[in-house]
Amino acid sequence: MNDVTPVIELVDIAKTYRAGALAVHALQDVNLVIRQGDLVAISGPSGSGKSTLMNILGCLDVPTSGTYRLAGEDVSHLDEDRLAEIRNRNIGFVFQQFNLLPAVSALRNVELPLAYSHVSRGERRERAIAALQQVGLGDRVDHKPAELSGGQQQRVAIARALVTEPALILADEPTGNLDSTSSREIIAMLIGLHSQGRTVVLITHDSDVARAAERVVEIRDGRVQELAGTP
Amino acid sequence: MSWFDTVRTGVEAVRLHRLRSGLTVLGILIGIAAVILTVGLGEGAQADVRSQINALGSNLLIIQPGSTTGTNGVRGGFGSASTLTATDAAALTSKTVAPDIAAVAPTTSSSATLTTSSTNWSTSVVGTTAPWLHVRARKMQSGRFLSDAEVTNAAPVTVLGSSTAAELFPTGNALGQTVTVNGVDLQVIGVLAPSGSTGNTNDDDQAIVPIAVSGQQLFGGTTRSSVSTIYVEAASPSTLSAAYQEAQAELLALHNVSSTNADFTITTQASILSAATSVDHTLTILLAGIAAISLLVGGIGVMNIMLVSVTERVREIGLRKALGARPRVIRRQFLVEASVLGFAGGILGVIVGIAGAQILPHFVSSSVALSPTASIGAIVIAIVIGVAFGVYPAARAARLAPIDALRTE
Repeated sequence: MNDVTPVIELVDIAKTYRAGALAVHALQDVNLVIRQGDLVAISGPSGSGKSTLMNILGCLDVPTSGTYRLAGEDVSHLDEDRLAEIRNRNIGFVFQQFNLLPAVSALRNVELPLAYSHVSRGERRERAIAALQQVGLGDRVDHKPAELSGGQQQRVAIARALVTEPALILADEPTGNLDSTSSREIIAMLIGLHSQGRTVVLITHDSDVARAAERVVEIRDGRVQELAGTP
Repeated sequence: MSWFDTVRTGVEAVRLHRLRSGLTVLGILIGIAAVILTVGLGEGAQADVRSQINALGSNLLIIQPGSTTGTNGVRGGFGSASTLTATDAAALTSKTVAPDIAAVAPTTSSSATLTTSSTNWSTSVVGTTAPWLHVRARKMQSGRFLSDAEVTNAAPVTVLGSSTAAELFPTGNALGQTVTVNGVDLQVIGVLAPSGSTGNTNDDDQAIVPIAVSGQQLFGGTTRSSVSTIYVEAASPSTLSAAYQEAQAELLALHNVSSTNADFTITTQASILSAATSVDHTLTILLAGIAAISLLVGGIGVMNIMLVSVTERVREIGLRKALGARPRVIRRQFLVEASVLGFAGGILGVIVGIAGAQILPHFVSSSVALSPTASIGAIVIAIVIGVAFGVYPAARAARLAPIDALRTE
């Protein structure tokens, strides 16, 4: 397994924000390797640098120093256009706020990332329907987000993350806005994806959610600390 | 993202905020409708002037007594002591003196009351010669025009304008009837067809008599041999300026004056046309300027609404970027959205403009000429305005960093 290229390889990553003369070290000396098929929870209290790490992992932001290899490609210093392409191809996002487009159907929401990679309309539709079926919403394709429950909306978001067949699914507090029943459902679904061989990174401050992962990485004051696997 | 998807997304975004989009479109609509109407009014007025002047007669020179001088004085009397006489007119008919002049029609004009057995009607009595009909490009409705013999012999006959005939003989045929002017009985031998000119209704309200009848029997006095206007027809449009030169040279010689103190003025259709159209042109430019300003205001409305839209949709922009939309794709999407607003305003503006062009002539005495080119041009301008004023908001949207955008609550 060790000779396979890791999905994520962070080497000496640091992120410093400057506010006037004051430098805030959000991340320091972060080294992390996540392999194909891993389910990793990144946890930590708010203000620990968790969001910064998530933004760097998601190619939404670039590190101040260090090297980030995503699926073998160094993405630490790419321009905005290249980063957009990397995000489109390699990363499936699941957000706390779902972030679905309210005006269009579940199907159109799931099709959206494919539209940005110039997939033909017929193929787009087919793949989006397949992804919605995979999350158990095959009968809700034409519903708008407002017509779906919170749990269902987050499942649409998961379908949207899956539809591009990304190397990495990055879920940022995916249960933060859900009741406990829906939360369990969503966690079970992410574990299911993991068991199908997908690489899932789960960012959460909820230790119950983190416990579901086989590997937990804790962040404190901008530094990572690997905890043992499933307790 | 393909153009189809971009346009669909743009139209959806516009439709999502109906009221706001509607008001923005209204701004463009008013501007475009104003442009179409002002251009149409300008062109319509020019066409009116052209048709009025063409109705005067083709290849026409108009010689009138008196002339304006460089010091704003007017030389020579106009009417009271006319400097133009029947002799001048006769001289111009000479083929040796003026080979490019095809026909000459001296006219006098006086007001008089025409009386029949049952009614009377005040109008202008025009004394002239046989060529008048052709020179003024008029047609007969019934009967015939003055003959050369009637003109030479000062026969007591008259030809009525169509309105005059209708006023005097409301019940029937005017031909053969008698009208009395200043105690002289005149037999009606013909009625003129309506001139078709919208501008000057006088053309249809007049009584034509042989010039000698007017000068000697009806009015007499000091104006016995003077004429108020000599209409000259050039042989063809290309000889109009030659005819002008010949008429001017001949009259200057006859009156024994130089061109600097001429006691007559020769006007051509071209000079009337250019004077009239230049006034219209100025007015059109002024109105078009106002219309352009209203378009500018409409464009600022588009920019305003697009800026609001960008601010309001920061999360959506962030999401689209996270999902792989490159900055230029976001920029294009907002540009398309702005041009959708412009296009809608353009189409509706053209529709309102066309409707206005149908309604407006009922309220102002001017026709509105609409050209397809102007309408298509207006729609193109509307789209260009949408894009031009959408550039800045779209650039702002494209510049947003995805993390900042996603973080906004």
